[in-house]
Amino acid sequence: MFRIKNSVGSDLARMLKGGVIMDVVTAKQAKIAEAAGACAVMALERVPSDIRAQGGVARMSDPALIAQIQKAVSIPVMAKIRIGHTAEARILQELKVDFIDESEVLTVSDPFDHVEKKQFKIPFVCGATNLGEALRRISEGACMIRTKGEAGTGNVVEAVRHLKLIKGEIAALKHMKPAQLKTYAREERVPLDLVLNVRTAQRLPVVTFVAGGIATPADAALLMELGAEGVFVGSGIFKSSDPKRMAKAIVQATTHFGDPVKVMEVSRGLGAAMAGLEVSTLQTRMQERGL
Amino acid sequence: MSVVGVLAFQGDFSEHIAVLHSMHVPAVEVRSLSDLSKVGALIIPGGESTVIARFLDETRVGKEIVRRVLATPTRTLPPLFVYGTCAGAILLAKKVTGKNAPRSLKLIDLTIDRNAYGTQLDSFETNIRVKGIREKIPVSFIRAPKITRVGKGVEILAEHQGVPVLVRQGKVLVGTFHSEVRDDARIHQLFLKIIKAS
Repeated sequence: MFRIKNSVGSDLARMLKGGVIMDVVTAKQAKIAEAAGACAVMALERVPSDIRAQGGVARMSDPALIAQIQKAVSIPVMAKIRIGHTAEARILQELKVDFIDESEVLTVSDPFDHVEKKQFKIPFVCGATNLGEALRRISEGACMIRTKGEAGTGNVVEAVRHLKLIKGEIAALKHMKPAQLKTYAREERVPLDLVLNVRTAQRLPVVTFVAGGIATPADAALLMELGAEGVFVGSGIFKSSDPKRMAKAIVQATTHFGDPVKVMEVSRGLGAAMAGLEVSTLQTRMQERGL
Repeated sequence: MSVVGVLAFQGDFSEHIAVLHSMHVPAVEVRSLSDLSKVGALIIPGGESTVIARFLDETRVGKEIVRRVLATPTRTLPPLFVYGTCAGAILLAKKVTGKNAPRSLKLIDLTIDRNAYGTQLDSFETNIRVKGIREKIPVSFIRAPKITRVGKGVEILAEHQGVPVLVRQGKVLVGTFHSEVRDDARIHQLFLKIIKAS
């Protein structure tokens, strides 16, 4: 039978459900996020849209910056490492961050492998574009999955695509015969007992959030309605014209996604959302990193 | 049996609902005053207390919880029993200490220190012995708060390393741990027993 090794880590992910995790680049932004109702913050040097615009190699943030943000807030603090960068993960564990995001938003550091996450007490969240990818990350020890979406675009289409693909592939497992399930597990390079667990439960064995391109309260409500258990917002808050209000509004829409009157009220007069990008014309597709 | 509501602004409310369903207890999510008016008992789940506190305030659900717990029950105003876990414990305590402490409902005479155990590195799981329950219960403490003072009239139902972790005063039951994430129904049964006995 499949079991999550870091049960305490997956418990923390459960406590984040129904909430919004916000990217912040300074202690001041972290305080704004906490006051607006973020359930956690992601501490980083540049939000994805700036990483996209400026190019170059994107790495783990300066530990001094992360420490300042940890000092400023009382909610969980997450931070990102490059895919496969075990040494960056060790630094974050020493810093006592609450969650590590092994993220495609940063430049990939290992062309072969992701971090072997089971050796860490700090829980990891990883991105996925489909079920196979999600299951590979979970079998490596991820305690939480998020869609990759297409970060820094303000365009929600890829997050919707990934969430629907994962859900659709989970539903399709139901109709597979034992031999087909074995083939699926082998082709996706994941343990069969994990596949069987998901087939029976009809969900991933870890909390599943959405990320990548969420820019408005309506975007958050759309994804919650599609079955997301919570929302990451990267550039969408501090690249909007009124970050405080946008942050509060996305928090409200995530909780009250089933109440269109509430979502309408918080969407009124919000000012400009972040400028968006068309995904088909992008030079860099971050979602293709680390499959 | 009256319906049990689970406060569903943020946190692990679906785990509590799953436990109640496993006991065949009717359970509903509570996000508004109108939802609250339909329940005779309420669970405040784990989650981020700062987030849940904001929603309690904005929706006025917090004020109504206080009113119904403190009021003398009448035919039109049934009594309200509350069980708070972790963030829920913080939100029910009389006094909350620690960084950026949220405003609480002050329904149980406790002082509680938020995130007293530390960061996620200090989160842990263990088995605890609860008064009146034979076998130990598997629980997890996730960035948990610590009860640092217990007022007169507050009954201690469980301790971990000499610190109270499950306490009760009147209609309010408070635990700093999570049993719902281990699919264990015994604390929920205890809560329902308290309701029945009153």
